[in-house]
Amino acid sequence: MRASASLLRSLGPLVLLLVVFAALGLLVPDFLGLRNMRGLVLSVTLVGTIATTMMLVLALREVDLSVGSVTALSGVLTAVVIGQTGSVALGILAGLVAGALVGLLNGWVVAVLKVNSLIVTLATMEIVRGLAFLVSGGEAVSIPAERFYVLGSGTLFGINYPIWIMLAAFIGFGILLNRTVFGRNVLAIGGNPEAARLAGVPVRRVRIGVFVVQGAVAALAGIVLAARITSGQPNTSQGLELAVISACVLGGVSLSGGVATIAGVVIGVFIMGAAQNALNLLDVPTFYQYVVRGGILLAAVIFDRLRQSGSLRGASLLHFLRPAAQQQDPSVS
Amino acid sequence: MTACLAYDRVGKRFPGVVALDDVSFSVGAGEVRALMGENGAGKSTLLKILAGEYRPDSGGLRIDGVPLAFASPRESQAAGIAIIHQELHLAPDLTVTENLLLGRMPSRGGFVDRTAARREAEAILARLGETIDPDARVRTLPIGKRQMIEIGKALARDARIIAFDEPTSSLSATETRTLMRIIADLRRDGRAILYVSHRMEEVFEISDSVTVLRDGRHAGDFPDMPALSQDRLITAMAGRTIADIYAYRDRPRGDVALRIAGLLGPGLRRPIDLEVHEGEILGFFGLVGAGRSELFKLLYGAVPVTAGTVAIGGIPLPPGDPRRAIAAGLALCPEDRKDEAIIPLAGVAENIALARRNIAGRPLVDDRAEARQAGALIDLMRVKTASAATAIATLSGGNQQKAIIARWLAADARILLMDEPTRGIDVGARSEIYAHMYRLAEEGRTILFASSDMPEVMGVADRIVVMREGTVAGIVPRAETTSDTLLRLALPDAGRRPVDL
Repeated sequence: MRASASLLRSLGPLVLLLVVFAALGLLVPDFLGLRNMRGLVLSVTLVGTIATTMMLVLALREVDLSVGSVTALSGVLTAVVIGQTGSVALGILAGLVAGALVGLLNGWVVAVLKVNSLIVTLATMEIVRGLAFLVSGGEAVSIPAERFYVLGSGTLFGINYPIWIMLAAFIGFGILLNRTVFGRNVLAIGGNPEAARLAGVPVRRVRIGVFVVQGAVAALAGIVLAARITSGQPNTSQGLELAVISACVLGGVSLSGGVATIAGVVIGVFIMGAAQNALNLLDVPTFYQYVVRGGILLAAVIFDRLRQSGSLRGASLLHFLRPAAQQQDPSVS
Repeated sequence: MTACLAYDRVGKRFPGVVALDDVSFSVGAGEVRALMGENGAGKSTLLKILAGEYRPDSGGLRIDGVPLAFASPRESQAAGIAIIHQELHLAPDLTVTENLLLGRMPSRGGFVDRTAARREAEAILARLGETIDPDARVRTLPIGKRQMIEIGKALARDARIIAFDEPTSSLSATETRTLMRIIADLRRDGRAILYVSHRMEEVFEISDSVTVLRDGRHAGDFPDMPALSQDRLITAMAGRTIADIYAYRDRPRGDVALRIAGLLGPGLRRPIDLEVHEGEILGFFGLVGAGRSELFKLLYGAVPVTAGTVAIGGIPLPPGDPRRAIAAGLALCPEDRKDEAIIPLAGVAENIALARRNIAGRPLVDDRAEARQAGALIDLMRVKTASAATAIATLSGGNQQKAIIARWLAADARILLMDEPTRGIDVGARSEIYAHMYRLAEEGRTILFASSDMPEVMGVADRIVVMREGTVAGIVPRAETTSDTLLRLALPDAGRRPVDL
């Protein structure tokens, strides 16, 4: 009984994803075609890659709104540095370092000065977007190095590099979350920061570390994006942070911290991507797509709220597929 | 006399559990009825039915003989019922006045009538015997005062039936006295009062009659309150005879484990010097705010030290860093388990493994080794949990506390600082915790524990440090301890010199 419940629990998200894909496959012509599937996977790489570290930030009971701006800054900076030095490696390094530094600033203000991360990253979101425009002079920066484009369009075993990078992030941060002391500390801090501190968790170090990693990964995603569009665009990825957070929340990451799984995030990313893809295939005008995307985010947040008020146990909307087997014993209080 | 409030054959089941089975009892107007029972006996469920949070599956409530069923907490309140919860429901950023009159602020032409509100709030505070500034923000008040405001809210609503759920668990001795007086007033007013508490002394002092629950069933009514013996009550609650819940065991002491010299910091008014030996259980007694929790947090490095040194086994401990304290063998079981000890949604095993994992210095988690250790400790500490992966927040207070002790055994702590280790824990689990404390001391570990429960300190400690207003007022060996000595030292009485140490 318990074993079958937990089996269903772990398979629940996958079942939901399959249901979504099957439904879209039936309703939307060409949806399940190989070409479209490749396009779909490629289209979620930006959100998917950043969602892996946003998962850590949310699990920590924090939020990072600056990722979209970091993506823009790193792409622009990489383009400028490649243009001026001719060195692709130096350009990529500059982009990554810039992202990590923004993360360090976010993390330091949040962890040491104890300022709410929503406000801190709202501020850095504006600052970093401004820097992206300043570095680029307000215009798209073309990249005069064709070998850099490989990062966006090249393939290995027939699969594009951006997809490999996303897969690596899924696996790498999945392992980080589940198998390392650092990852488990992230969940402990998100669950109860003071208790974690008193149990010996280096709270400050973990918080700063997560924001730095988030900044670097957003920068990496921005560099790959620049390679795909062969230029650094200062106004790219506006609103990206919301798509990333939506995907995480849809995947069962709790906005109140302490609850996150990489499998959930992967599924959240693909549900978002599938919805977007289906709307495109159906030629739904862009304006409606905003409404649908916002609707998905709203639904995800409401589900997050419901599962908190409903019970103590970690759950997600995916758990509707699961029987209410482990009801809390009300006599134990 | 018509019974004011009656539970009539109330039954309530949850999936897999019968929480209440055919429970009937009544509380008359002008009666204080204590409701006792171990955790899980069904007291909370009974209160939640009264509060309109749960609906009974069978039976129901009668108020003044009229059967009533509440569909929501609002309906319960409208029927003149107030519940004073153990966990406070206050708005911390609003003022005392705003909290007292929450939802019923006096108004004139749509605007808040501040003068009238203040007058009303002052009247309530006066009735509580409290000198609290009505304009103070609740956040700035100590927890005991906040509890008094919660009680004030019930007074403000002029409720006819008032239920108290462990009201004194966060009150100081003085505040408890005030509460007892208020309850006596309410009784004289003819209200029906339901009083849930684990504390025998209070129950004996304030209640007219006792209803005991055990495993969701009615286990006895004791209308003959003053004549009742504690043993009979405990036997009814536990379903077995507990000869002596403390069951003190003496043991040999070892070398000096902890040496505190000139320690000073927030909450302490005079430097503290102390030596504690291996195998010793040192009790800290005092009123709320005497500085016991503050001392523990200083020792542990959770708050910065102003002056002085702490040495463990002769080696000085760098101050201000819990991680180093843990590595040096210190452990803290905080008073506030919910906010400072447990990671609520994480499993029991995960909670146990947390501290060890962070001092082991390895980057990867060895799940198998942790599971093995956690499993062994769950068995050793007899933590009652459905599985090692069950969220710790769903466990009873006693089992949470045992899991937190297990956390420190996993980290091989040598010195345990236990702040109110049995607060909110029922009799059966308490005696288990004491037995664990003796066993740990017998293994050569050192235990410092703080308690406001005098019988507990006297029953368990080898020596008792009495604290008063941020100073050590005296240290009393077990053989010389009387409740009189302890109280004399603990009470802040001007003009008396502290005992020379």
